[in-house]
Amino acid sequence: MPPPDPDPALGRMQRKRLSRRSFLATASTGAAGAAIAGTAAAGTLADVPERLPGAPVGARSARSPHVDLGRIPEATPGRRNLAPEDAINSKTPLHKLVGVVTPSDLHYERSHSGVPDLDPAQHRLLVHGMTKKSLVFTMDELWAMPSVSRIAFLECSGNGWENWKAADETLTVQHTHGLISTHEWTGVPLSVLIDLVGKERGSTWMLAEGGDATGLARSIPLTDEIMNETIVAYAQNGEPLRPAHGYPVRLLIPGWEGNLSIKWLRRLKFGDAPFMTRWETARYTSLMANGKAKQFQLRQEINSVITAPSGMMEIRPGYNRITGLAWSGHGSIVRVEVSTDGGRTWADATLNRPVLPKAQARFHLDWRWDGKPTKIVSRSTDDKGHVQPDRKTVIGEMGTNALFHYNAQQTWSIDDAGRVRNVLS
Amino acid sequence: MSCRNPLLAVASAAIAAVALAGAAGASALEFGRPASPDEIALWDIDISPDGRGLPKGSGTVARGKAVYAEQCAACHGTDGTGGLKDRLVGGQGTLASDKPVKTVGSYWPYATTLFDYVRRAMPYQAPGTLGVDDTYAVSAYILSLNGIVAGDATLDQASLPRVVMPNRDGFVPEPEFRTITNSR
Ligand code: HEC
Repeated sequence: MPPPDPDPALGRMQRKRLSRRSFLATASTGAAGAAIAGTAAAGTLADVPERLPGAPVGARSARSPHVDLGRIPEATPGRRNLAPEDAINSKTPLHKLVGVVTPSDLHYERSHSGVPDLDPAQHRLLVHGMTKKSLVFTMDELWAMPSVSRIAFLECSGNGWENWKAADETLTVQHTHGLISTHEWTGVPLSVLIDLVGKERGSTWMLAEGGDATGLARSIPLTDEIMNETIVAYAQNGEPLRPAHGYPVRLLIPGWEGNLSIKWLRRLKFGDAPFMTRWETARYTSLMANGKAKQFQLRQEINSVITAPSGMMEIRPGYNRITGLAWSGHGSIVRVEVSTDGGRTWADATLNRPVLPKAQARFHLDWRWDGKPTKIVSRSTDDKGHVQPDRKTVIGEMGTNALFHYNAQQTWSIDDAGRVRNVLS
Repeated sequence: MSCRNPLLAVASAAIAAVALAGAAGASALEFGRPASPDEIALWDIDISPDGRGLPKGSGTVARGKAVYAEQCAACHGTDGTGGLKDRLVGGQGTLASDKPVKTVGSYWPYATTLFDYVRRAMPYQAPGTLGVDDTYAVSAYILSLNGIVAGDATLDQASLPRVVMPNRDGFVPEPEFRTITNSR
């Protein structure tokens, strides 16, 4: 990502600063997160620039020009640094974010035929099929109906797919795990629409279809859990959905693979069997070693990753705070263990509270690095008793062709120079 | 997006009270207008493996070859291989190998899905522009390139669902979703 355009006022300040200050390059450990390295650091308090009147109050606030935050557009495993038209997804910079809520513009993105520009005045939601009534809803109606808000993660089932066959040493955690984000989502509970149309008792599957060019469509099993938790969402983090995330309305099914949460939603059809669209047959099915494919592997399994220190960072001996994210489509994270000796011994990390069900949880562990090469790993446990598997277990079950649903423990190796690298285990 | 319609604003105030009384109250609310059969037909494009949803019409492999050359080959290659975008042909027998090749011929379990997908999504830059007959025809051509239907085949509403795809039994649904039970 190119650096942001320099602000003219800032340029003046910087020139002034540089003229009277030694040029101390900040040692970028990477753990400093989103700060742009390279400006002069203040030596003593006398070097800190004097206070100056700031920019006027505006209608919107932009990020500081000192902060460099961006997603990275990519394609299938190993296909990186692409022209935008060849990218199929864009990954969240997990290593530059703190807490658990992802800023709206940095939520990961995946689409199959680009981001449509939909006018809410003309967009409609049709709900029909095995129902007493077939109804058409306007967006104004959806905004006026009973509403619910929930903080939940959304994760692409392809998250983690870089590491199925080999570990590329140059990858950051943004590459390996950037297809997950957490937002507060607001909308109409699906159950309200189910009641309004009068779903027939015998309907067990629902087709959800988007208004994007490709008309992305998925069959959703109507379990009680899904009917109770699904949101027909029109807002993210308090604002109307952004176009990339489904404006003006999308489905949001907490804990289930991202492609079920159909964006640009325009049709829900109730039926009694899966519809077998391309996306639940040719795509989003996981090939096993015997050549058969798992189908309707819909839940996002228990997972975690250390976000710092992580791939391509450099650490120094002494105190290092290990931090990361854990999540489970089954429920709430209750425990994250961290190993700093390649999985031989484990220590409990601290979890930031509150820990919410089907949302990411932030963990921390104080660590003193002795300067010797080692490997760090995290492993999570949820309130239903699921424990994140190691790589051997995942590969043993799935082989290495599955593409989707890779949730093995992530190992980062650290060499004697403090260089942190992506490795398989 | 917010309540521009004053009637809706009133309605939403009423709802707040109803919602407090419990979610069951929502079913009594008046939202949505009835959809007419004609407008449903415009959008009701999904096709099930048993053929439900297939429109009347038909297409031959020969016609499909011409449609393909004109509308598809630029992205998918002249014979469904070697194009810039997804490969559509070949790969049978590779699924258990180290480099599986997933195509319509090697991987897709239902021919109905091919019709559904081509009609809804292809050609990529102008989905929805192929007629029904040409959609049957180009589907027939892709299946014939894969050796699944004969070179003189014609596909229609009745014959398409009967096409047996080589990987028909290649999928193992998660046990949780083989039979769905729920309480409403
Ligand atoms: C401008 C390029 C372009 C043209 C022209 C085009 N396609 Fe595609 N096609 C694509 C892209 C891109 C994808 C993958 C989309 C995705 O992954 O969601 C695709 C996917 C497909 C697939 C699914 C492949 C799979 O295994 O999942 C089929 C089948 C297909 N196209 C058929 C056709 C047919 C038939 C035509 C002509 C009527 C056509 N395409 C014209 C670009 C094109």
